[in-house]
Amino acid sequence: MTDTVIEVEGLRRGYSGGFEAVRGVSFSVRRGEIFALLGTNGAGKTSTVELLEGLAAPSGGRARVFGLDPYTRRAEVRPRTGVMLQEGGFPSDLSVAETVRMWGGVTSGARPAGEALELVGLGARSSVRVKQLSGGERRRLDLAMALLGRPEVLFLDEPTTGMDPEGRRDTWALVRELRAQGTTVLLTTHYLEEAEELADRLAILHEGELVLTGTPAEVTATRPARIRFTLPADVPPAWLPLTLRAAAHGRDVEVRTGRLQADLTELLRWAHDHGVELGGLDARSASLEEAFLEIARNRGSAGGRTEDTMAGTR
Amino acid sequence: MTLNPGRLAALGRSELTLLVRNRAALSVALLMPLVMVFVLRTSVTGLDGAAAVGEATLTGGIGMVLMLVVYMNLVSAYVARREELVLKRLRTGEAGDLEILAGTALPAAVLALGQIAVLVVAGSLALDVPLPRDPLPIAAAVPAGIVLLAGMSALTSAVTRNVESAGITTLPLFLLTSLGSGLFLPTDVLPDALASFCELLPLSGVMALVRAGWSGDAGDGDLTAAALTTLAWMAISVFAVQRWFRWEPRR
Repeated sequence: MTDTVIEVEGLRRGYSGGFEAVRGVSFSVRRGEIFALLGTNGAGKTSTVELLEGLAAPSGGRARVFGLDPYTRRAEVRPRTGVMLQEGGFPSDLSVAETVRMWGGVTSGARPAGEALELVGLGARSSVRVKQLSGGERRRLDLAMALLGRPEVLFLDEPTTGMDPEGRRDTWALVRELRAQGTTVLLTTHYLEEAEELADRLAILHEGELVLTGTPAEVTATRPARIRFTLPADVPPAWLPLTLRAAAHGRDVEVRTGRLQADLTELLRWAHDHGVELGGLDARSASLEEAFLEIARNRGSAGGRTEDTMAGTR
Repeated sequence: MTLNPGRLAALGRSELTLLVRNRAALSVALLMPLVMVFVLRTSVTGLDGAAAVGEATLTGGIGMVLMLVVYMNLVSAYVARREELVLKRLRTGEAGDLEILAGTALPAAVLALGQIAVLVVAGSLALDVPLPRDPLPIAAAVPAGIVLLAGMSALTSAVTRNVESAGITTLPLFLLTSLGSGLFLPTDVLPDALASFCELLPLSGVMALVRAGWSGDAGDGDLTAAALTTLAWMAISVFAVQRWFRWEPRR
C-alpha cells in the first residue's frame, strides 16, 4: 500500500458552456494528512473535489483515490470515503434520526446512529426535522453522515460555513481527532483561519489553477514580512537608512522585507542612535491572508475582483 | 448490475416516510385512482352490456393506477430529491445509480401493485365482472408497466425544473396514454391508421396485455406484438435515462 492516498495530475474540468473551471491542477495527499484547498468563490475548489469524489469524469488529466479512478471504480472507492458536499443533500421532511437511519442503510459498517450524532453534538436533536435545523446544525448532520462509515478518506467541502464560532471550533477539534486516528482529510475552505488552524499542507487555487502549495508556514514564508511605524513630524522619511526598502505615505512608513530580523534590527538601531520615537511600531510575518490576497491581486487577470474577497479574519 | 436489497429497503423506507408526509402526493396516489375509476365507469362508451363496461372500467383503472401512482408521483419525487440535492448526495455514497432510482421508486411501485390487486378483486365483485381468465399476461404486464413508467418519470423529471411544473410536464404522456392507449375508449373504434399508430404508444403494449389477459381471447400474435412494443419502450427509456437524467439542479 502506498503512502499517497489522493493523487491529482494535470486535472481539468470543462463545463458544457465552454467554461473551464479546473485548468491543469496537480497535487497529492499523503495518508493521515489534512490537506486544504484554498481559494475564492469560483476558484475551482468544488469542481476539483467533485472529480475526486467521483461525481463526474475529468475532461483531462487524472484523479486517483487509493490509486483507483473514483469515477469508473466507484463501487471499490465509495466504501472507503466519506463526503460532505458544499450544500445539503438531505430531505427536509425527514427527521435527523430518520436521515441517519437512511444513510446508515446505504453505508457498509455504519456507526450506530447515536454515536454518529454524539460525535457532532446533535445527540439531543434526533427527533427534529431537517428543515427545522439551523444552517450550522445541518452542516453538523452532514458531517455526521460523512463519518458514518468510518472512512479512510474524508472530503469536506466548506465544512464550517454557516457555523457559529463554537461550532467551528468543535468541528476543527473533531477533524484533528480524526487525523490522529489516521483519517486523511481533503478540505476546501475560503476561511484562511481554518486552513491555518487545520491544514498540514495547503494549496491555493486561483481561477482554476494551482498557484502555490506547501505548509501554511512555507506559503507565508514566500511573502515579505512587514514593518509599520509613524515618524515624528520633524523627521522626514528621507532620513531613514537607505538599505531599508521603505515606502512612506506622509509620516506613515511601511517596510516590506524578506529579512525581517535584520531589517528590524537596523531600523531600531537607527532610531536609537538618532533618538527617534517610532509611533505605532508593528512588525509581523506575512499571514496566510496577506499571502492569499497578494496572489489574488497579482494574478487577477480581470483586475481585482472585490466581490470575491476572502472571508478570513482574526 | 446487481441491486443490494438492504440499500433498496433503506432508500424505499425513507421515500415512503416522505410520501406519507406529503399530503398532495399522497392524495394523488391514494384518492385519484379511485376518482378516475368512477370517471371511467361513466365515460366508457361504445360497448354493449354491463359486463363489458365493467371490464373496460377495470382494465382502464389498472392503466390509471400506473399513470397516477407510478408516473405522476415519481416525476415529483425525482424532481424534489434532485432539487434538494438528495440524489447528488446519495451518489457520493455506496448506492449505485440504479439503486438510487429504484429505491426512490419502491414505495410507488408497491402501492401501485397493492391498488391493482384491490382493483382486480374488489372491482370484479362490485361491478359484477368475471375475474381475469388468463392472469399471466396481466401479471407480466403490470410489473413491466411499473418499470417502464418509472423510467418515463425519470426522463420527464429531466425536463421538469421544479415540483410545481411537474403538473405540466406530465400532461403530454398522461393525455396521450389516456386517449391513445385505450384507457377511456377501445382503440378499435378509432380509424385504422390512427389505431395502428396508437398501438405503438409507450403504455399501449401493457394495456393490450392487460385487456387480453382479462378477456382471455387474444391471439398469440397480438400478445407478442404487445410484449415487443413494451420491451422496446423499456429499452428506449433505459437508454434515454442513462443519457439525459439529471442528478443535480441546473445552476
